[in-house]
Amino acid sequence: MNINLTLFGQSFAFFVFVWFCMKFIWPPIMNALEQRKKTIADGLAAAERGKREQELGEQRATEVIKVAKGKAAEVIASAEKRGAEIVDQSKTDAKVEGERIITAARAEIEQEAQRAREALRTEVAALAAAGAEQILGREIDSTVHAQMLDELATQL
Amino acid sequence: MASENLTSTAYIKHHLQNLTFGLRSDGSWGLAHGAQEAREMGFWAIHLDTMFWSIFLGSMFLWLFHKAAMRATSDTPSGLLNFVEWVVEFIDDNVRGSFSGKNPLVAPLALTLFVWILLQNTMDLVPVDWIPQIAHLFGIEYMKVVPTTDPNATFGMSFAVFGLMLYYSLKIKGPLGFAAELTMQPFEAKNPFLKILFMPVNLFLEGIGLLSKPVSLSLRLFGNLFAGEMIFILIALLFSGGIVLGLLGGVLQWAWAVFHILIVLLQAFIFMVLTVVYLDMAHHEH
Repeated sequence: MNINLTLFGQSFAFFVFVWFCMKFIWPPIMNALEQRKKTIADGLAAAERGKREQELGEQRATEVIKVAKGKAAEVIASAEKRGAEIVDQSKTDAKVEGERIITAARAEIEQEAQRAREALRTEVAALAAAGAEQILGREIDSTVHAQMLDELATQL
Repeated sequence: MASENLTSTAYIKHHLQNLTFGLRSDGSWGLAHGAQEAREMGFWAIHLDTMFWSIFLGSMFLWLFHKAAMRATSDTPSGLLNFVEWVVEFIDDNVRGSFSGKNPLVAPLALTLFVWILLQNTMDLVPVDWIPQIAHLFGIEYMKVVPTTDPNATFGMSFAVFGLMLYYSLKIKGPLGFAAELTMQPFEAKNPFLKILFMPVNLFLEGIGLLSKPVSLSLRLFGNLFAGEMIFILIALLFSGGIVLGLLGGVLQWAWAVFHILIVLLQAFIFMVLTVVYLDMAHHEH
């Protein structure tokens, strides 16, 4: 345990080691640590920003949906109104048309009935005259009894 | 294990002898054979084992950390880089906590001191006879593997730190400021006559305070490690005392090694922290 040159050898070695450490070890490791800290901080900030943007986007989307819903409701309401109007319109139109058809049909029926009645009348008169002629034999003169037969025909 | 032809005293002495290379009394240079010859070499001698192990361990530290530093990225760190970063951050936290000035030297210095001393202390946990026995096979007579049990090593480091303390004191405070720090306190006076009267007293007190820093720094480390080593050597003596004592020795060695891990770590940490604190004091202006 003598104090000797080892003392200076050790001091010298120590300074060399410290110099090496200061030059080649400490700076790159501290740099890496700093850089990583920065990267992490940046990442966290970006995540925060993204979250805020998403919130904003969601808000905007809700607004847009609200407006669209309002518009859709309006369109539906107006369409319903228009539809009701159209239905009403066609109902009245149909009614008018129907009535017109009914009236025309009635008139035609009337006419037809009239005509049929006319035809029937003459036919019945003729038939009645023929029947009477057969019953009475040739005694009935159509010209003499024409007035009577006409009267009969009008009564039918 | 002690050879049969060795007495306990010789065994212990053998273990406490450094491999000394120096100027022999007959004027030639060479290895000292025995403590007597080593002592006679005086100052012009060097402990080859201390130098070898301390430089070897320091180089291991630098090689490992440099390897990690080369691969240092800000991406996900690999296992080695993770470990190195953990150590570096631990040192950085400590330096930030106790060093208030701005000096790029201090943190790397603290890292070097801590890891280097830790590695040198850890050599104490290698069973005391392993490396000396291997060295013996190669014809090397003495081999003390724990550099920090050599006062040369601890004083070498603490004097280096002391040199830095003086350098930064002079650089930051200026020669006058440093002189004032040594002579104007702790006894202060407004009266110029009293001031001059107090100067020698202050210089004496502050001088002792200043000089005791490197001495206590190195003796604390040396004392703790030397005592630990000594106990390992004493326990190792038990191995030559038959199977019962041998088993007891094994248990004791294990127990002491476990306890010694604490000392190994703690002494490295204390040396590092005190160095940072002393350098911080050197950077403070009053």
